[in-house]
Amino acid sequence: MLKSIFTVKDNSKIAKNTFEMKLRGDISHITAPGQFVNIQLDGFYLRRPISVCDAEEGVLTIIYKAVGRGTEYMSGLASGAKLDILSGLGNGYDMKKSGEAPLLIGGGAGVPPMYMLCKKLTAAGKKCRVILGFNTADEVFYADRFEALGAEVTVATADGSTGTKGFVTDCIPKGGYTHFYTCGPEPMLKAVYSATGEISGQFSFEERMGCGFGACVGCTCETKYGNKRICRDGPVLTKEEIVW
Amino acid sequence: MVNTSVELLGLTLSNPVIPASGTFGFGYEFADWYDINILGSISFKGTTKEPRFGNPTPRIAETASGMLNSVGLQNPGVHAVISEELPKLQKVYSKPVIANVSGFSIDEYVYCCELMDSAPQVGIIEVNISCPNVHNGGLSFGTLPASAAEVTRAVKAVTKKPVIMKLSPNVTDICEIARACEDAGADGVSLINTLMGMRIDLKRRCPILKNTTGGLSGPAVFPVALRMVYQVYSAVNIPIIGMGGVSSAEDVIEMMLAGASAVQVGAANLVNPYACRDIINALPAAMEKYGIDSLESIIGGAH
Repeated sequence: MLKSIFTVKDNSKIAKNTFEMKLRGDISHITAPGQFVNIQLDGFYLRRPISVCDAEEGVLTIIYKAVGRGTEYMSGLASGAKLDILSGLGNGYDMKKSGEAPLLIGGGAGVPPMYMLCKKLTAAGKKCRVILGFNTADEVFYADRFEALGAEVTVATADGSTGTKGFVTDCIPKGGYTHFYTCGPEPMLKAVYSATGEISGQFSFEERMGCGFGACVGCTCETKYGNKRICRDGPVLTKEEIVW
Repeated sequence: MVNTSVELLGLTLSNPVIPASGTFGFGYEFADWYDINILGSISFKGTTKEPRFGNPTPRIAETASGMLNSVGLQNPGVHAVISEELPKLQKVYSKPVIANVSGFSIDEYVYCCELMDSAPQVGIIEVNISCPNVHNGGLSFGTLPASAAEVTRAVKAVTKKPVIMKLSPNVTDICEIARACEDAGADGVSLINTLMGMRIDLKRRCPILKNTTGGLSGPAVFPVALRMVYQVYSAVNIPIIGMGGVSSAEDVIEMMLAGASAVQVGAANLVNPYACRDIINALPAAMEKYGIDSLESIIGGAH
């Protein structure tokens, strides 16, 4: 965990209400895909937790949806803006469990952490299959970026305006994958839990947080192995420990 | 050289800055960020007789200049606190700590205080009669002078350690409660706990917090807390620990001028893990700026 200042390098709209921000700073504490950063914004008391989309060569990439006042403020930040960021938060995904042919399932704002994960797994020689879910075609982002990594990509939209009409679960294959990783809204995570049968996997959760580093216990959830703080013991939980 | 040390109920604190219960876990989480031995003391996470999960999530919401929480006293129970959490804290913090205890009955308060009495690390017991987030837990005792006095008498009977009663601002007259605690034998009072509040999610048209209401903390409550410390200072003759939105060395000085002998820092720790360290480091320069040689000499100085 590190508290440091990052400088906005680029902040641009890449889909409906969706922004990609690149920041220059010390990324040395970001050690696993699926971790998050907690960003202080002028005029807002609590920090904004945002998952890491990529961290390479001193550049942190995050993707966020401008849905509330905080993220709307973020979308207006120009390059050169300085942000106080806590980085290297959360456990992140365990890549050792992937097997040879992992399946990555991201929905909406849950797509970004899949990118760094896909990049790292591909670099480790794994054959990644990726399913991305969105509501509509104008919300789709990064499908081409995953393809550029060499992954087999399937896009689903709820209204059928592009890709498969339906949800990510409509695209999950019957078999042929060794492990799965997922991030997205909770109804999607629950559906993925059911649709993946006996195959093991890891889920990244979202919860309203106070601190983001384990102090306030605001984001605690119950698991089969006791109480866990989503921010510190998560956000990634394994399939077998989730209580649903 | 300015003198930041203060005396608090027989303890000499190197400075008056104490992280507030519920915002600092059992301390060791913060040792990942800095050497916490610089802290005057630590008031650790509110402890109850039985383990508690607390309230369902969401239990955090943002407000203007502050936040709401409805955590609801999540803790592993007094036995695990003493056998597991305090030893972990001892490894990274060598000074006496403040044990914050809560209960759902007089017996539970007594049970926890008896155990804390025999914990050598514990220098002071802070009795929470003011948690706004649990039904019949704490707050009901802290809203009437008679029940506040009843808890005070009961815990004083089972411990030789100094007892501080932590008071709620959600009352008609906090001075009346403070006096009742003093008359019942309290060695000190700490105030304020959080102010009851709520937020509504506009999209879902329902409260953001699953518990509907929560406790407001952060800079938004500082003037309210300061006013209450000022009033209670005139009402009692026992030391006061002041808290509520303290975020800077200047806030510490203000609280002490109002009448606080020591100051707790709460919500600030959650937005800046270095908040207490930064405040302690800034104290000497702030004291010099305002012509203060010794912090102890300014307690109640605004009266």
